[in-house]
Amino acid sequence: MVPLSHYLILGAILFALSVVGIFLNRKNLVVLLMAIELMLLAVNMNFVAFAHFLGDLGGQVFVFFILTVAAAESAIGLAILVVVFRNRRSINVEDLDSLKG
Amino acid sequence: MLNNYVPILIFMAVALIMGVAMVVIGRVLGPHRPDTEKNSPYECGFEAFEDSRMKFDVRYYLVAILFIIFDLEIAFLFPWAVALSEVGMLGFVAMMLFLGILVVGFIYEWKKGALEWE
Amino acid sequence: MTAAMPNFLPVAPEIFVFSMACVILLVDLFLSDARRGVTYLLTQLTLIGAAVLTVKGMSAAAVMTFNGMFVGDALANVLKLAIYGVTFFGFAYSRDYLRERGMYRGEYFVLGLFGVVGMMVMASASHFLTLYLGLELLSLCVYAMVALQRDSGQSTEAAMKYFVLGAMASGLLLYGMSMLYGMTGSLEISAVRKAIEGLSADNVILVFGLVFVVVGIAFKLGAVPFHMWVPDVYHGAPTAVTVYLGTAPKLAAFALVMRLLVGGLEGLAVSWQSMLIILAILSMAAGNVIAIAQDNIKRMLAYSSISHMGFFLLGIVSVSQNGYSSALFYVVVYAVMSLGAFGMVILLSRAGFEAERLDDFKGLNQRSPWHAFLMLLVMISMAGVPPTFGFYAKLLVIQSVINAGMIWLAIVAVLLAVIGAFYYLRVIKLMYFDDADDKAPLGGPADVRVLMGINALALVLLIPWVGVLMEVCRAAIRALAVA
Repeated sequence: MVPLSHYLILGAILFALSVVGIFLNRKNLVVLLMAIELMLLAVNMNFVAFAHFLGDLGGQVFVFFILTVAAAESAIGLAILVVVFRNRRSINVEDLDSLKG
Repeated sequence: MLNNYVPILIFMAVALIMGVAMVVIGRVLGPHRPDTEKNSPYECGFEAFEDSRMKFDVRYYLVAILFIIFDLEIAFLFPWAVALSEVGMLGFVAMMLFLGILVVGFIYEWKKGALEWE
Repeated sequence: MTAAMPNFLPVAPEIFVFSMACVILLVDLFLSDARRGVTYLLTQLTLIGAAVLTVKGMSAAAVMTFNGMFVGDALANVLKLAIYGVTFFGFAYSRDYLRERGMYRGEYFVLGLFGVVGMMVMASASHFLTLYLGLELLSLCVYAMVALQRDSGQSTEAAMKYFVLGAMASGLLLYGMSMLYGMTGSLEISAVRKAIEGLSADNVILVFGLVFVVVGIAFKLGAVPFHMWVPDVYHGAPTAVTVYLGTAPKLAAFALVMRLLVGGLEGLAVSWQSMLIILAILSMAAGNVIAIAQDNIKRMLAYSSISHMGFFLLGIVSVSQNGYSSALFYVVVYAVMSLGAFGMVILLSRAGFEAERLDDFKGLNQRSPWHAFLMLLVMISMAGVPPTFGFYAKLLVIQSVINAGMIWLAIVAVLLAVIGAFYYLRVIKLMYFDDADDKAPLGGPADVRVLMGINALALVLLIPWVGVLMEVCRAAIRALAVA
């Protein structure tokens, strides 16, 4: 039987990787979108693990909703990515610098 | 008071170390023997005749975006179908409403011409 | 077991707005560009209808429905009415701006209405799931609205930045929620509250979850140090979208704070109070100081919104009924002021010209004394000069901080408010004492001029009723405490 803490550590590692991915990534916006997806998956891991060990279905139902919202979110993200590319011919994160105070 | 947050600080530190370590270890431990032959594109026996980073038609993205939405909403249909006998009429009507809303989105994208390839 | 029929009465306004948004989406598909006015009219009628339904459905006691996921109480009703109001004005201001820039399409209004549904769900959420879904519905609509001007590099860049940081904020919030769920065993906010009472306040995982929740909220509010997206998004978005995202979503963010921190996690108030104090001071300081250096009015107003969020957090950190109601009052007043300011930016813009620079306000008094006067009212109200609503709002939050025994915090807030007054007064100086570069008379249709007048004059003429309005806020917060 795998204890709860193992799942939580896995969730934390995935979450940490995604945060690092968002902040260290300076090259590609698609990788940024993937990091955001990974973050939501880490949250899902937590919810499923807690739901299982608490014997409460609520957390698993929450995961369904997170999954579908994440799909809608990435669809919007990709759509914005396409318009950014059309305007700039580049999806390099460092090129997003025209707005400065 | 403030030492409540020590675990979080540790968490952040571990997170940073993990992320940086993975990149650094890969760079340091990985064998580094660059070779022009290795870097050349490989295509089953014959010389590559086209850049492997070929351009995607932007229309694929549109199809992918539309697909991902309709695809994942199916996630609600499976548990619903399994539990249909238990959720009764209310569950049935609720799902029909949900599908109706999806149809509204479908009509919208159809009329906007997002489904036309040309 | 079959599920029982939920009580649909408290959700009637949400269902109405949502169905109307679907109808408008379909109707708009079959309209020619010349008859786009129908879409606009239907949208505004929807908001009026929703207000009627909300007023009719008001009841003294809080009503729960959908198995405790949704609550109809006084706080939700007050917030919803305010949301309809500012959105109604915002849409009216935006109409001509959108038409002149080829953005006068159904999508703006439909996305706006879906966003309103998201805010309404947030205002009424009594469960982590509804809170999250409302938040995402609002955020996704706003991301798309910011990118509405597809051929503008600025606006698409702003949309991308907003999207990445907003999605990350949702992720942080959810991660915190998962920790809270694990410790309390429930997703229902009232059950979470009860469970926390039984746990010790320095339970590591609880505090861990709380930190992530607070950071997520701070991102959504745009409080320093999580404010990086605010100026870029306010600046990059088309002004018609800025007027939408700079007003009503602030009310929804208030709902998020109240439902989560106060409704669910008040047992951990000792922990979040200190975090919010830091956020509030940094926001007031950074917002007010950086705003002075701006020469773009949209960026200046963005930094001003950051500092106003700091003031609004002061009401929350006093952890008292009085403090919460003054925060509610503050956020409603802020939404009205910000509506007026962005409305004026829209009014000064014309086809092919964005009145974005502060210099565009030069000599406004010569071009139109009436509009210069209205902008003067909005600016002094934002600066917190008596006798305006902005003054009372600041006074009330500072009073609540003093009542909570944090006199030093009150002094810091007053000092920073004085610094902040500087850049508002600069706008007034430009309008009254400088010569106009551009002598073109001000345009704008009659209905927008009337609405703009109501908007700005309300900040002063309603002062005799400030007590009544404050009482409404108190009643709304009391209802939350009882539920």
